[in-house]
Amino acid sequence: MGNMLFLASALIALVALGVSAIRFFRGPDTLDRVVAFDVITIISISLIAIIGFIMQRSVLIDVALVYALLSFLGVIIIAKYVERGL
Amino acid sequence: MEITMIAGGVVSLSGSLFLLLGALGVVRMPDLFNRIQAGTKATTLGTMLFLAGIAIAEPSWIPKLLLLILFIIFTNPVSSHVLARSAHHTGIRMSDKTVVDHLAKTTEQRGSESLQGDEQEIAAAKSKGGER
Repeated sequence: MGNMLFLASALIALVALGVSAIRFFRGPDTLDRVVAFDVITIISISLIAIIGFIMQRSVLIDVALVYALLSFLGVIIIAKYVERGL
Repeated sequence: MEITMIAGGVVSLSGSLFLLLGALGVVRMPDLFNRIQAGTKATTLGTMLFLAGIAIAEPSWIPKLLLLILFIIFTNPVSSHVLARSAHHTGIRMSDKTVVDHLAKTTEQRGSESLQGDEQEIAAAKSKGGER
């Protein structure tokens, strides 16, 4: 029962990932794509954590932490680059 | 054991609904700045609830999940602020329903005049938008 609830929430998060990928492919500007990329990475962090919970591997939480750090740095660097060049 | 699984699953399910709403806002909002708002606020709350649900169901993972939640709380507003600032400085157009733009006004005036007339301006813009 409880495991079914977690599976359902993982499925809904996967649907949200697909919905925000629409904006990633359609966005008219570079920064639209960066916003969509930010949302996609945040949803992916939740998905990595819940896959670790379903498979009972606590290592995947560390993977999610490193992924959050790298995506934050990536968004900051792309925004700086769009603003005035590196 | 089973009751914590069900409670964590319900919390996690509500978090995933917030994630879905944030993704829908990113697709459907008319403007880049509105997309930043929807995509950041809703997904921050959604990820917090999602990870809190996992923490309820698996109490031995609480320190790592708390670290992840704190990291997301600290970094997500920073990235949204940097994105909005970069968008405003590169001159991305706002939508037609935008009422007031404080940042353009302050960079024009360099703080020489105070922002006293804003209330009248907002009221005028709202009445103009009501006619439309």
